[in-house]
Amino acid sequence: MNEVKVNDKLCKGCGYCVHYCPKKILELGKVRSSKGHFYPAVTDQEACIACLMCATICPEGAIEVAKGE
Amino acid sequence: MEQLYKRPKCIQPMQSGYCPGCLHSLATRITAEVVEELEQQNNCILVLPVGCSTMGLLYWKIDMVGSAHGRAPAVATGVKRCSKNSLVFTYQGDGDLAAIGLAEILSAANRGENYTVLFANNSIYGMTGGQMAPTTLEGQKSTTTQKGRDPLTTGYPMRMCELIATLDAPKYVARFSLHDPANVRKAKAGIKKAFETQLAGGGFTFVELMINCPTNWGLTPLDSLTYMVENTIPVFPLGVYKDVEV
Ligand SMILES: Cc1ncc(C[n+]2csc(CCOP(=O)(O)OP(=O)(O)O)c2C)c(N)n1
Ligand code: SF4
Ligand code: SF4
Ligand code: SF4
Ligand SMILES: [Mg+2]
Repeated sequence: MNEVKVNDKLCKGCGYCVHYCPKKILELGKVRSSKGHFYPAVTDQEACIACLMCATICPEGAIEVAKGE
Repeated sequence: MEQLYKRPKCIQPMQSGYCPGCLHSLATRITAEVVEELEQQNNCILVLPVGCSTMGLLYWKIDMVGSAHGRAPAVATGVKRCSKNSLVFTYQGDGDLAAIGLAEILSAANRGENYTVLFANNSIYGMTGGQMAPTTLEGQKSTTTQKGRDPLTTGYPMRMCELIATLDAPKYVARFSLHDPANVRKAKAGIKKAFETQLAGGGFTFVELMINCPTNWGLTPLDSLTYMVENTIPVFPLGVYKDVEV
């Protein structure tokens, strides 16, 4: 399984990753980060195709993506 | 598991100082990635201007010099001439480069100084609260053009790539945009090409990056990307304006 991880200490809640994820598995959550921003939750990790759209557009470099077996 | 994306190490492991959704932050991130891909993190000198990008002084972990407003190309000239083997680049906003610094940038480009200028164009003075820049669009509202920019009194949007491409000395002049992932990849390749040209001793390279200023445009981050596609990019066409084999 591929793995996408959002670092809530870096995220500023701009929503770009949510907008460009082709699988629509990122969702701006209702929980605020320690910095006061809403940050994206991964709603369906298994559906991630590791396309890197989210990591490519994230201004903060808050998203790390790893490819599973 | 194979790590496909990891954040570059030559920027601080913290949030940048830019507003949420500000593409200055993304421009910095991809430039940092290129610096690391070329293994230049210990061999580069960034000359920062005055503008929101001055916040790079707190974010980058590479050697830097701050310069007076608009004078980054003059400072970079001195830096590069004294340190010929370093990768030297400026990262300037449109108010800095196209207004107060117009003479410096055109003269440095015309001399063919062997460094790279990264030009972040958000068609406004971001740092000072949203005044008109030479790059502000016709009809675009700013604090100094409250009814929208009127060319009869304030002129037309100034296109820096096109101007610089008319000069003989520059080797690579191109405009990219950072509003979607595909364009971010192209921009990254453009920055890499400019840096490689410089490292090969090629001469002056200029890469314009179309960015946003959600805060002073008065738009949400996502709406600011739509504004770029519908309004800014048609006035500043993307593409390579000059590419001389070196
Ligand atoms: C000599 C001088 N004049 C004016 C200013 C005020 N000033 C600071 S930043 C700026 C404009 C910045 O706009 P831009 O270069 O487009 O950068 P942005 O913040 O939009 O990225 C101005 C006019 C200054 N700092 N120094
Ligand atoms: S890697 Fe692709 S599919 Fe996975 S979360 Fe990011 S954008 Fe969505
Ligand atoms: S693109 Fe980055 S900063 Fe913006 S919401 Fe997604 S993770 Fe957060
Ligand atoms: S004021 Fe504009 S250019 Fe400056 S950090 Fe905020 S969004 Fe970016
Ligand atoms: Mg600006």
